[in-house]
This record gives sequence, C-alpha cells and structure tokens, in this order.
Amino acid sequence: MLSRRIIPCLDVRAGKVTKGVTFLDNRDVGDPVAMARYYYEQGADEIVFYDITASNERRRIILDVVARVAREIFIPFTVGGGLRDLSDIRAVLLAGAEKISIDSGAVRNPKLISEAARAFGSQCVVLSMQVARRPPSPNIPSGYEVFIDGGRQATGIDAIQWAKRGEELGAGELCINSIDRDGTALGYELELTRQIVEAVSIPVIASGGAGSPHHVLEAFVQAGADAAIVASIVHYGRYTIPEIKRYLHEHGVPVRQAFVRRGE
Amino acid sequence: MIAIVDYRAGNLASVARALDFLGYRHTVTDRADVLAKAERIILPGVGAAGAAMENLRQLGLDRALRREIIESGKPFLGICIGIQILLEASEEDNATCLGIIQGKAVRFPTTINGRKLKVPQIGWNRVRLIREHPLFKGIGDGNYFYFVNSYYPKPHDPQLVLATAEYGVEFCAALAWQNVMATQFHVEKSGEAGLEVLNNFCRW
Repeated sequence: MLSRRIIPCLDVRAGKVTKGVTFLDNRDVGDPVAMARYYYEQGADEIVFYDITASNERRRIILDVVARVAREIFIPFTVGGGLRDLSDIRAVLLAGAEKISIDSGAVRNPKLISEAARAFGSQCVVLSMQVARRPPSPNIPSGYEVFIDGGRQATGIDAIQWAKRGEELGAGELCINSIDRDGTALGYELELTRQIVEAVSIPVIASGGAGSPHHVLEAFVQAGADAAIVASIVHYGRYTIPEIKRYLHEHGVPVRQAFVRRGE
Repeated sequence: MIAIVDYRAGNLASVARALDFLGYRHTVTDRADVLAKAERIILPGVGAAGAAMENLRQLGLDRALRREIIESGKPFLGICIGIQILLEASEEDNATCLGIIQGKAVRFPTTINGRKLKVPQIGWNRVRLIREHPLFKGIGDGNYFYFVNSYYPKPHDPQLVLATAEYGVEFCAALAWQNVMATQFHVEKSGEAGLEVLNNFCRW
C-alpha cells in the first residue's frame, strides 16, 4: 500500500524562495537549494517549486536552481509556474525535475496536457488548478470554478469537469489549490477535494489551508487525497514534517518513516 | 567505470547524479564497445517496454547486453523498466524482451474487490525483504521506496524474488540471479534507502 505523501511547496522568485524557513541559518534563508535539502532531510516525500515570476528572462534562473537541487535531493521534485509549451517543459525535465506542473498554460491550451503526456509520460505531468467557491450556476454546477493567472482571472470552467478533462487528456496527477483557503491555516477545502477524488482515477493532491497536522489528516481521511501540499505550516516552524507524520501515523494513516538500517 | 545504458528513453541523468553523489565514476553510453569495457552496467528508465526494446535493438544493445550480462558475467542493475525488460516479455505493447530471466511483466489489475486501483502506482511503497542478499545489506525490512509503474515483473522462479511490495496484489519489487540485480522502484529517487541499495550494487 502506498504511503500518503507530504509535499512541501516552495515559491521561488528570481531564484530565491519568497517565504523563509524558520529553522535554517540566516545565510540559507531564501536559498532554494538549502531549503530543499532541509526538507529532504526532514523526510519530505516530494518537493514542489513554483516559479512565481516565470518570465522568459527568468527561465534560466529557475533552470539553474533545478539543476543544483537535483544534484543533492534524491526524491522526486516537481517544478511549475509559467510553463507554456513543450520546450519549456523539456528544459525543466532535462535540468533534473521529475515532474512538471502546468496550470494556466493548460487552461489556455488544453492540448499542452496531452502533448506533454505523449512526449514525457503521464507520470510526470501534474495538472494544477486554482479553484474558488462560487454560487452554483448552469456553467458551474458544482459551485467550484477554475481560475488562472495567480487566482486573478475567472474562466467560467467547472472545477470537477476540468479535473475529469485533465485526466482524459493524460494528466498523471491533479493538484487542487483552493484560493479561498490559501494561506488561511483554516484547513484544506475538503468538499472540493473529495468531489474530485471521486470523479477521477488518478492521484489527487490537496493544496491550500493546512494549519495543523489535523488538517492534513482530514485531507487524507475525509477527502481521500493521495498527497498534501504543506507551505506556511512548515516554513514558519509551527510544525515539522516529522511531527505531522507522527500525528498521521498515530491516527492510522500510512506515511513513509525515516530510513531504518538493519540492526537499528 | 560504471556504464549507464542510454537507450533514448529513461531518466538517465538522475541515476548519474546519484552515482556522482556516492562518488562512483560512470559514463552514459549507447555503444556496445563501451559496455564491453565497463566494470558494471546499469539499465535505468522510465517509459514503455515496447519503445525501450525497439531502441535497444536499433542501437544493437540487446545483443551487447546479453553478452555482457550472460557471458562476461558483469554486475548488472536494472531499474524500473530495466527490471521488466530483463524478462522474456511484457504485457505492455506485447513486447518481446531480453529474456535473460524467465517470466514476464504483467499489468496491475484496475479493480480490487470492486474498488478501483489507481494505475500507474505513483508513490512510496513499503518493501518487504524476502531473502538475504548483498543488494539489501544494512537495510531494514519495511523501508519505503519510490515507485512509478503500471506493470510489475513476474519471474518464473519465485526463488529469484528478493523483495516484495503490495499494490492491489503482492508483487516482486526486487530480484537477483547470479550477477543480475534489479529493482522495480527507483533507487535514485528513494532517498537514503535508495542510495544505500545503489551503493550496495556498486560494491557487489
């Protein structure tokens, strides 16, 4: 049986992480390689980088970050942010990322999902979606709408429909970011996540709102997510990844424990 | 020198980086003469069995691999697709594979007791050690390793199985036969546990 994954997410702007990680030395704060190594050593199951200022001239900077991280971190890591075409995706994978995450680029051009899946395999294509709650309407029957461009632009697309479409087009995983919960520490958007888990047959990653280990437990037990993104809950040292995993383990959720040598 | 076989699929760079990290010299190659000079061979990979075999054949590496593995007896490590194409065939693309180990790669069931099983399995799975082998030296039973696969190896001879994991069914996660070792999980993406397996192979 697979363990449920805990995935710290680092927002990178011009090669620097924009939120500090409390436990690091001052000289390491902001350095994505140091932060990735820190979370790797803490037992993160995967790491996600979002290049939040992804423009063409910045692309080289994130590629350099990816290459440096890949030399030191021996777990899967995902890179997203502003990936618009296959050459963007290829460059990130060649630099050493295991998976890529596409979001607004896939809404604008859904073929990007199928082309990426055909070229590199579904296993490395994560469809990430920004979702906000809306009054249900004929276009948005679930009451959850997809947004793009950092949550600024509504699309008129129903989140549940988009999730199913993404699976059909060949996405290997879905990452569901709740705009309403992002940064609130109020817990994940469980109802949205649950509806998507039930609608698709690929792994679903819950994102946005984790403020306590109990919230992470809810994402797994109540919403049925396969993985959970954690950001400020771990960046500011409120909880560590081992503390979250211990809580999950005590509540019967399978999590990957630290490496055990024989005889120990 | 460790040769990493380049057959135009696979995530070769991540295996190369793991060897760099562990301090082993290596070369990424698609040439039979380089395989002939290598001390050890690693066949990594993600991708489909059919395409992998086709590329190996076009590069003339299928025969070279059989020669180096069977006749020269070089230590060999197959990773992910590399464990599957050691077998005679794969249900994926109905591919005929290298046939170094008897058996075939089969697909995970899509439902188990009426409940859907997500295929491919993507994630960390707990690995049970079945028998003693230097590949798992110093590694405790029940560690987690990282898997990405829709098919799993089913060797004819159950004695070859070193380790199993459970995903709908109990399946072979690692096997060994003479100088041949192979893992279904990605040693290069399985954290400390995976690096330890890779290190054990390099010292075998």
